Amino acid sequence: MSHVIPYVAAIHEAIREEMDRDERVLYFGQNMATSPDDPFLQAFGPDRVRVTPISETAEIGMATGAAMAGYRPVVELYMAEFTLVAADQVVNEGSRFHFMSRGAVSVPMVMVAGYGFTCGWAGQHTGSLYGMFMGVPGLKVAMPSTPADAKGLMTTAIRDDNPVLYFHHYLLLLTEGEVPDGEHAVPFGVADVKREGSDLTIVATGHTVHTALAAAETLARRGVSVEVIDPRTIAPLDVDTILASVARTGHLVLVDQATRHASVAAVVAAEVAELGFSSLEAPISMVTALDSSIAYSQPVEDYVLPDEHKVVTAVEKTLGLAPVPA
Amino acid sequence: MVVGETVDGGGRDALGPERLVWMYTQMYRIRQFEERVKSTFTEHPGTIRGHTHLADGAEASIVGCIATLAPGDQVLSSYRCHGYPIALGSDTKLMMAEIYGKATGLCGGLGGSMHLYDPARGFLGGSGIVGQHLPHAAGAAWAAQIRRRGEVVVCFFGDGASKQGAFHESLNIASLWKLPVVYVMENNRYNASTRSDQEDANAAAGEPLSTKATAYSMEGTTVDGGDPVAVHATMVEALARARAGEGPTLVESLVYRLSAHGNLIAPPGVPLHYPEHEAIAIFGNRAEYESALRGDPVPRFRHRLVTDGVLGASDADALEAAAREEIDESQRFALDSRLPEPDSGLAYVYA
Ligand SMILES: Cc1ncc(C[n+]2csc(CCOP(=O)(O)OP(=O)(O)O)c2C)c(N)n1
Ligand SMILES: [Mg+2]
Repeated sequence: MSHVIPYVAAIHEAIREEMDRDERVLYFGQNMATSPDDPFLQAFGPDRVRVTPISETAEIGMATGAAMAGYRPVVELYMAEFTLVAADQVVNEGSRFHFMSRGAVSVPMVMVAGYGFTCGWAGQHTGSLYGMFMGVPGLKVAMPSTPADAKGLMTTAIRDDNPVLYFHHYLLLLTEGEVPDGEHAVPFGVADVKREGSDLTIVATGHTVHTALAAAETLARRGVSVEVIDPRTIAPLDVDTILASVARTGHLVLVDQATRHASVAAVVAAEVAELGFSSLEAPISMVTALDSSIAYSQPVEDYVLPDEHKVVTAVEKTLGLAPVPA
Repeated sequence: MVVGETVDGGGRDALGPERLVWMYTQMYRIRQFEERVKSTFTEHPGTIRGHTHLADGAEASIVGCIATLAPGDQVLSSYRCHGYPIALGSDTKLMMAEIYGKATGLCGGLGGSMHLYDPARGFLGGSGIVGQHLPHAAGAAWAAQIRRRGEVVVCFFGDGASKQGAFHESLNIASLWKLPVVYVMENNRYNASTRSDQEDANAAAGEPLSTKATAYSMEGTTVDGGDPVAVHATMVEALARARAGEGPTLVESLVYRLSAHGNLIAPPGVPLHYPEHEAIAIFGNRAEYESALRGDPVPRFRHRLVTDGVLGASDADALEAAAREEIDESQRFALDSRLPEPDSGLAYVYA
């Protein structure tokens, strides 16, 4: 059995259920729980649910401290960019402690942040910054593309004993989808095949999973069978599922909202080039954002971002197909 | 008259009738501009994208500050940035076009509402990330200190921003190095939908937020930001201190924003609009909002100038009509302008 809810509700459903299940789970951040009728505040009280000042270094640092002291904090950060004012706390504190203490300390915390709000939020609020974090040892990075994964990955993030960056996609917040009833945990490091296909593999994350699925649908009408894989977590990254798919299809297109050299696409391309080279019948193609900041005005914003047409073109090129006029 | 021009024979620090009328004119222009931006959401849906923050309610504070500046002084602000360039003399046609994302905009449509820049008029822009322009202001003030021309930097930010590390780091260095900078905190009692007393130790203790200056051994003062003359007087002192090499001041200017923090935050497809002010929407405190409306600094200052005989009622009507016409024209210009070329964003990645 399942129920249909928006992506954003799925995130909150998981946090609520985990707070119910485990009283060590704390939930805090800016501009939340400011009025007494806030549902989280009502359900769990002010010891466990708090509004903070605009103090990301303290917010993330306090999550780290509370985690070391035995709690399981979930810190709501809103936009991925806001973690940057506390970059040390994200990449160079909690993520290192388990290792440096030879396992004596663990830091089970979740940093929740949205990214990719490319609808006029301009240069400082639209970044796809996950690539900065995927190579940090000790830090896990989840990036759901559907309501079901949004819930399942949040459940797992809260139960995980490591710091987790949970990146939700702003453009997906209101997208509805089926979420399994009852407890729902999606394991980290297990990619999901969002669509099966035999001619070409696309690996995409977050919102671009939907871009890839739309392109696959268009191409299916022309008899081209595209497989779409969503890694769901980029650290750990399920390279095996991607390699197995490429072994069958022989072709790989990577779609990513980040700029080319800061993308998951670049990492996947490197892994497949090293470990799956013999499967490839054509060069890997990367459809990423162009190397620019995101502009405010729509035509300029659209121009730099991956879209369905760019993905279809990349697939045609990779498969050596003649382009079909739209 | 332009910023920094000396009038009334008393220099820019004296507030003669001409200067007072100039101040009211700027306040009224800012209000008209902001109301037009706001009504665009309903009258031309889809024209403004992303997130827009208005200065309505802060006009007296903005103009009281800007009126004290001299040529060569510089200004930085947060994302709530429409008011300052208007008072500094930026063309409202280009500003509206920027907010409408047009090629003719102040920044060619690349920046948008949160990212206005007009360095030729001393407006160095700011940051969409809370508090992060405070160090930029200290850096610009360091440059002014090196130039030794008596120039000053004024940095505007919100009450909420004073909870960022960047605020504390900047004030300490500014005071330590005696930098010619004035930090103007527009305390509008809210960080988005959080009341100050829920997030600020000074506010919770019933103390002014200018108390924070004490920790950095610098001047701190609180002023009624609804009174442009009071703001002006406070700024004259702060700027004199800065120009004399005596270091920075933290000015807490008490204002009340008359609109919600910003327009609705929603993915594409959901029409954007301005919700009700958080006092009402979150806290159910209609009385607070209505009392702020009754104290609206724009009609308050008009009333004062007319009562004091500085401005005749018909002259006030005339200058208001002229401001409305200016903003009509700015909006027409912005609506009629074309969108930027799609690849224009690639031209400015590197200098
Ligand atoms: C570092 C950072 N954290 C959070 C935000 C989100 N945010 C944007 S404006 C704002 C409120 C700021 O309040 P205040 O400083 O009082 O300025 P006001 O908007 O009231 O003028 C917040 C939390 C941000 N932009 N940057
Ligand atoms: Mg504020």
